[in-house]
Amino acid sequence: MTDTVASQVPLVEYLVLGDKPHLVAQECTSCGARFFDRRNACAKCFATDFRQVDIATTGVVRTFTIVAYAAPGIPVPFVSAVIDCEGTSVRANLIEVPADPEHVSTGMNVELATYSLGVDDNGAEAIGFGFRPVAA
Amino acid sequence: MSASDEIWILGIHMTKFGKYPNHDVVDLGAEAIMGALADAQVTMADIGILAAGNLMGSGGIGQQLQKQVGQTGIPVFNVSNACATGATALRTAIMAVKAGEVDMGLAVGVEKLAGAGLLGGGGKSKSDDNVWSPSGRYGAVAPTDGRIGTDTMPGVFAQIGMEYGHKYGGTSFELFARISEKNHSHSTLNPLAAYNKAMSLEQIMGDIMIAYPNTRPMCSANCDGAAAAVVVSGAKLKTLSLEQQRRAIKVTASVLTSDPWQEACQILPDVNTLTRNAALQAYELAGVGPEDLDLVELHDCFATAELVHYDNLMLCEEGGAVDFFNSGAPWRDGRLPVNVSGGLQSKGHPISATGIANIWEVCQHLRNEGGQRQIEGAKVGLAHVIGLGSACGIHVLESSAA
Ligand SMILES: [Zn+2]
Repeated sequence: MTDTVASQVPLVEYLVLGDKPHLVAQECTSCGARFFDRRNACAKCFATDFRQVDIATTGVVRTFTIVAYAAPGIPVPFVSAVIDCEGTSVRANLIEVPADPEHVSTGMNVELATYSLGVDDNGAEAIGFGFRPVAA
Repeated sequence: MSASDEIWILGIHMTKFGKYPNHDVVDLGAEAIMGALADAQVTMADIGILAAGNLMGSGGIGQQLQKQVGQTGIPVFNVSNACATGATALRTAIMAVKAGEVDMGLAVGVEKLAGAGLLGGGGKSKSDDNVWSPSGRYGAVAPTDGRIGTDTMPGVFAQIGMEYGHKYGGTSFELFARISEKNHSHSTLNPLAAYNKAMSLEQIMGDIMIAYPNTRPMCSANCDGAAAAVVVSGAKLKTLSLEQQRRAIKVTASVLTSDPWQEACQILPDVNTLTRNAALQAYELAGVGPEDLDLVELHDCFATAELVHYDNLMLCEEGGAVDFFNSGAPWRDGRLPVNVSGGLQSKGHPISATGIANIWEVCQHLRNEGGQRQIEGAKVGLAHVIGLGSACGIHVLESSAA
């Protein structure tokens, strides 16, 4: 068995694990537009230089939906949301909160949290992320 | 031929929307074309270009349809632009006429979608050997749909409506359900709608929740259908019969836009900016404003979408969509009727047909052929569709008497 920390893999490449899990984006060095995937040129200004930047791990829920009916194999209900992380919009599930409109609202303060997606045959553990409510 | 300043719809037809277990897309598309040609009082011999749209089929729908209705060797453009495919086909035919390459063009959109279920979402599951291995643009080790938000259309558009509520206030589950109540009520007068039963607010809110706040009747209805239109230049129209000229509908604006960059557009599709841009262009081209419109058919793929498009199409002041709806304006007896056909929620949404079918609806009223749902005295109308990704098509139409 490899050791636990070394064998963790993030759900997506733009999730950085470690002591302080956070998201990263490719930022256009010319205009500051941020992208979670690779771009040949900036979609906003067409410049071609990017640098990796950390995304704030706290934010405000700008919109959400509670998905009750999804493709086969996807557990429902879950809360899908767009979170404004200090100016960068992030798409994520809201976690550690009941998936009903009494417990979820726009304007909620949330923070990034991670969770296990399970261990594969090589002992590697996949780590997902979501945002959970924090006190205002 | 030279470039044409004027574009007219000479003939237009939509099939009844619904379930056609014994018809394929070629049958349905051909029915729409035959209807449009008959309505225009022309034949395939008069048509200089065919633009055809079909998303879910095997491809090459235009050529398949020629074989069904008449092969004349004209250029065929098979177009694909999500839910704006029909409007894109029409736009393509219009561009050819406008450029002076042909003086008459045909556009058709057709879809078989009955029983299609949920659109969007899913994705590849973990590989069989049970090892987390990154793939795709985000290096994902597992499907992201459901883990990093939702890809489903009802969920995406729910968030679009909820975002409007967060920005301007005044929205609620009940408000969105009331929008759906309006469209289901409107559809009772439309014999070509897939569904034409009125639904009470209680029925709508009590139905199966798909993606809060959209319950099932608040989602566009998957169904089969087709629509087609013949467009003609102003110069050619003058050579046709007085009856053809009288029934022709002027296309005073034909606009197609895509997304300009916006901060959050990689996270949640921005259906607002490109619709507003298209509307601005359309009003400018047509020389009219929202206050001049007698009816609007807009892309209510979900109840939550209809609300934001009141604002995007500038039917109300910015931020005023909730007040606009609550004033009763978009009901058929209101100040500016919206989706008197029943809209996508009740008339149905056979994707590629939608962008021509909504123009058919407006034409019916402008020709004073709207039957029991005629909006009296309608002279100017607007048809809007949006395909996620995104593409927005807007056409402004005027009666020949206008
Ligand atoms: Zn840039």
